[in-house]
Amino acid sequence: MNTITILWLRQLKKYFRSRSRLIGSIGQPLLFLIALGFGFGPTFQAAGEGNYMNFLAPGIIAMSILFTAMFSGIEIIWDRQFGFLKETLVAPVSRYEIMIGRTLGGATIALCQGTIVFFIAMLVGFTPNLVMLPFAFVFALLISLFFTAFGTAIASALDDMQGFQLIMNFLIMPIFFLSGALFPLKDLPEVIYYITLIDPLTYGVDGLRGTLGAVTQFGLLTDFTVLGIATVITLAVGSYLFSRIQV
Amino acid sequence: MQAIPITLAIDVLNLSKKYGDVVAVDNISFKVKQGSVFAFLGPNGAGKSTTIKMLTTLLVPTNGTVTLNGFDVAKKSNEVRKNFGIVFQDPSLDDDLTAYENMELHGVLYKVDNMKERIEQLLTFVELWDRKNSPVKTFSGGMKRRLEIARGLMHHPKILFLDEPTLGLDPQTRNHIWNYISKMNREDGTTIFFTTHYMEEAEKVADEIVIIDQGKIIAQGTSTELKAKTKTNSLEDAFIDLTGHDIRPEEAPKNARMRAWHGRR
Ligand SMILES: Nc1ncnc2c1ncn2[C@@H]1O[C@H](COP(=O)(O)OP(=O)(O)OP(=O)(O)O)[C@@H](O)[C@H]1O
Ligand SMILES: [Mg+2]
Repeated sequence: MNTITILWLRQLKKYFRSRSRLIGSIGQPLLFLIALGFGFGPTFQAAGEGNYMNFLAPGIIAMSILFTAMFSGIEIIWDRQFGFLKETLVAPVSRYEIMIGRTLGGATIALCQGTIVFFIAMLVGFTPNLVMLPFAFVFALLISLFFTAFGTAIASALDDMQGFQLIMNFLIMPIFFLSGALFPLKDLPEVIYYITLIDPLTYGVDGLRGTLGAVTQFGLLTDFTVLGIATVITLAVGSYLFSRIQV
Repeated sequence: MQAIPITLAIDVLNLSKKYGDVVAVDNISFKVKQGSVFAFLGPNGAGKSTTIKMLTTLLVPTNGTVTLNGFDVAKKSNEVRKNFGIVFQDPSLDDDLTAYENMELHGVLYKVDNMKERIEQLLTFVELWDRKNSPVKTFSGGMKRRLEIARGLMHHPKILFLDEPTLGLDPQTRNHIWNYISKMNREDGTTIFFTTHYMEEAEKVADEIVIIDQGKIIAQGTSTELKAKTKTNSLEDAFIDLTGHDIRPEEAPKNARMRAWHGRR
């Protein structure tokens, strides 16, 4: 086994052993799907926008990937607090390998999470177009990688637990609500519309929607290009910040 | 090609670390010969752990240079990391993993040969082999400490840093572990750099002692030399004579105290 594999495996073991995380990760999306899906469905339909569940489900899949990936990335804060981070930082391996192992681990968990939510959504009435499923998977992977690396970058730059609440309230929530996961972007007031354009998750949600059978706003190629470039940049910045961590 | 033989395991020159206004380490210099057992002693808050962090690539010094087996710590951190092993003062295990998994992770990171046998050997040595599949969070403080030590001894580093390795262990276990460490030093020529608050440990095993107080080196020599200098009969008396009778003020910032608390769990 090598460094990347063992650190990847560590993330997976920790995730599947944490019962509370598993339950929360299924319960929360389910609640959103049921409450919003059945709550707004009739209004959405009446407004001539089509099937709301098919519109909403890709957004909720993206949401659960966002949360899981960000949490995996910022887990560095815990590893620093409880000391395990030191053990990896003094090891005779490059810090880039450590960063890659951790990021792939976080992204894999997020991807599993997205897949679970995909099936949950089908249980409550989501009827996806399965032809483009492999492409949907590519988008899910990009969202997973982007947000794990993003979480890693932020956690590497912070040095205490207090930062965590700030990230939660001022980063994750706005990213989620401004991504168009819950409502169409096209009718938004202009100012808000432009804000949604700088949210990377917007392109992830749009890509997932396009590949799973609803209408896309920007086109799949644009979604893929923007998200792909953002992911590469974030991985590079995250690696750099991680390599400079001091304990 | 390097023609001059490298004889120093550690070479520290004018090393300082400031945390804001606090000068944790204040312009210290010392050398550690390859194959020696070196004790780095000092009262609480003297700057021992901070120094170790700078020697082991975890912390960037405010000033000064450190060379480990001929490699500059600031410039060749990857090479440096191949030369040492460390047992930290604060916990550094993953509590969610089992004892075995913690060892295995270390073994992979350090590319240990015959990993399975080595893990069994060391877990047996610290009497944790029958608990190998228990998550570390179910361990007592002393068990965690023993696991940390077993993990630190798993690969064969040229230099071994031990920051209060025997903290919180019973006398039998302390003895047992020091015998093992002395054997590594004798048989493999491992350089040992350690800190401790048990003066009798230092007196027994150290070839060379440095005493640091408030970030500055205040004495240096063998245990015999330090006792002669202070006209005392034990290293403990010599230590108290050199560093004074006062208890150190609790000036540690909140997070340092938090960490000390975790250490005591
Ligand atoms: N992260 C930090 N931020 C601010 N000050 C720190 C930090 N870490 C250590 N210090 C300060 O640096 C000084 C030296 O601390 P250090 O941990 O090196 O002491 P030590 O000699 O290892 O003590 P002990 O025997 O208690 O372990 C102390 O005054 C401490 O408060
Ligand atoms: Mg210390």
